[in-house]
Amino acid sequence: MNPRRTLAIFRKELLHIVRDPLSLGMALALPMLLLILFGYALSLDVDRIPLLIWDQDKTPQSRALLDRFRGSRLFAVQGDIDSYRPAELGLDRGDVLAVLVVPIDFGHKLAAGQQTPVQMLLDGSDSNTASIALGYARAMVAGYSSEVRTEYQVRNGAGELKPPVDPQLRVMFNNELKSKNYIVPGLIAVILMMIGAMLTSLSIAREWENGTMEELLSTPVRPAELALGKLGAYFVLGFVDMVTAVLAGVFVFGVPLRGSLPLLFVSGFTFLFGALSWGLLLSAITRNQLLAFQMGLISSFLPSFLLSGFIYSIDNMPLLPQVISYVVPARYFVALLKGIFLKATGLQILWMELLFLATYAVIVFALLTRKLREKIA
Amino acid sequence: MNAAPIITIRGLHRKFGDIEAVHDLNLEVARGEIFGLVGPDGAGKTTTLRITCGLMHATAGEVRVAGHDVRAEVGAVKDRIGYMAQKFGLYGDLTVGENLRFYADLFGIDKQQRDTLTPQLLEMTRMSPFVDRHAAKLSGGMKQKLALMCTLLHRPEVLFLDEPTNGVDPVSRRDFWAILYQLVHEGMTVFVTTAYLDEAERCDRVGLLHKGRLILLDSPARLKNSLPLACFEVRGDDLRSYREALRRAANVEDVELAGSSIHAFAPQGTEEAAIQAIVPGARVRRILPSLEDVFIATVRREENRAA
Repeated sequence: MNPRRTLAIFRKELLHIVRDPLSLGMALALPMLLLILFGYALSLDVDRIPLLIWDQDKTPQSRALLDRFRGSRLFAVQGDIDSYRPAELGLDRGDVLAVLVVPIDFGHKLAAGQQTPVQMLLDGSDSNTASIALGYARAMVAGYSSEVRTEYQVRNGAGELKPPVDPQLRVMFNNELKSKNYIVPGLIAVILMMIGAMLTSLSIAREWENGTMEELLSTPVRPAELALGKLGAYFVLGFVDMVTAVLAGVFVFGVPLRGSLPLLFVSGFTFLFGALSWGLLLSAITRNQLLAFQMGLISSFLPSFLLSGFIYSIDNMPLLPQVISYVVPARYFVALLKGIFLKATGLQILWMELLFLATYAVIVFALLTRKLREKIA
Repeated sequence: MNAAPIITIRGLHRKFGDIEAVHDLNLEVARGEIFGLVGPDGAGKTTTLRITCGLMHATAGEVRVAGHDVRAEVGAVKDRIGYMAQKFGLYGDLTVGENLRFYADLFGIDKQQRDTLTPQLLEMTRMSPFVDRHAAKLSGGMKQKLALMCTLLHRPEVLFLDEPTNGVDPVSRRDFWAILYQLVHEGMTVFVTTAYLDEAERCDRVGLLHKGRLILLDSPARLKNSLPLACFEVRGDDLRSYREALRRAANVEDVELAGSSIHAFAPQGTEEAAIQAIVPGARVRRILPSLEDVFIATVRREENRAA
């Protein structure tokens, strides 16, 4: 290892980066674009469910039930109707997700202490949202139901009868249950992997295509020096991207950063080292910029998006994708990020993940230097 | 000049699959010599050069450069050679000065040495005014000179040039050779491949490579005299009919068109009069064959023998 040669490669790569505004722009703008795109658009929260109401009864009782829906931020009442026609139309067009129908004898039956149904029509084509909406509606009706019962019991002199079991729930780590709180940290992993693999994928292939690789091979520069010099230059870019993403996560999206900042950056650097090495490895194998870029994009984006636990929980996956996810480095980085951001967990719990990231980085770097040792075919 | 050869190639073979690119090549190059490896495209020139520089492995055989085995001690060899590829890789987005500095760093040249050597090289190649120009914006000849400077920064003992003046205008080519002569004068050895025979004429010694085999090896002057045929230049108004007549003649071995004249080859001792008798209307003159004549005749004979 010769520091001067490594530094020479590093300096030259930085000049390439600075003098290629297109790539530089991509490297700096893409993370912001992804953050905005995913951070705002990719919300898994289900609220403000568009709802139509048909109150056939129009009694104080029916209004009391419906006011619970009107007052909730979970539902957004789009209007009142008086037939099934607009209900069907609204569901067909997708203007509303649910229709609530209160039957004509609702108040009368309640007053008489009888059981009475209410009808809810749901658009089930998005099964996930529909089942969440169903859960909200059930809980609201149940709440009203128990209020009516208590009132009835009090009126009949039975006294207030409390439910025998009272669940005391406390949501830890993401107490508002906001999906962006867990999407944004995971997004940092996806962004770094994509940027890392894409930026570097061009680098060695370009040297082969321009004939400079042949020249480099005839100089005393060693494979590890070449690899480290290039990694260093792209590391600078990756670092800028990482800081941008973390700052945007905390200050734009308001995601709490509760854990250790040094640990966050150590894991980020380890992950970035692996991602950049991966791009360089693809570049060294293909010796073709276009091919390397495409492979870099697919191999970084898809696994880190789908198999990292970034959005889709790995525990709920079938066995095969679960097994594959163990070799996806983003899996470990996502776990680290979520742990550091939301749970403030430290190295005593996350050391395994960090160790996996480091192992991945070392293996890919070793493969890279071996590949660079190869001569002209 | 040192007695021990600076490049020794023994029994070199290189196969690409079933194709034999280089077959049993044996060659020695003396220190301070300009050696030219000549041959048609695909003859194996670049392959031989790359193996000699340690950029490619040989299938069999031994290559020693400046006292080191290129396979076992590739690092030591790289420190002592300069290699300029056919399409030399310059970084187009770096300036002339930045390219020089980059290669200087890779070769571990200290700052002091670099600061004295760089102006010298720029001076020698008359590139000083362009030091801040991006390499991509240089003309072909200037790119060539920059590439040469990059390979000279570490003062190599041997300079390997792969078709260095391909696609360079004649004036730049002459400049380029003037620089090479100066370097050899300072003690450098130059190993060059070329498809241009006028360039081969400038070498001290020339090897002709044909289908991976070295079929001729000597100085240009001796090669020209070594042809076991006499060469006659035939000029006149009706070249086509002269050629037909010469082809049919029993004592003419080969006929080649050479621009506005015909070169006819006949066994040594054939008199001008004998050729004149075949083409009475033409002007016939015995000439010393050019390298091109020698090579074409040798290649032709090689092919006839193979067939």
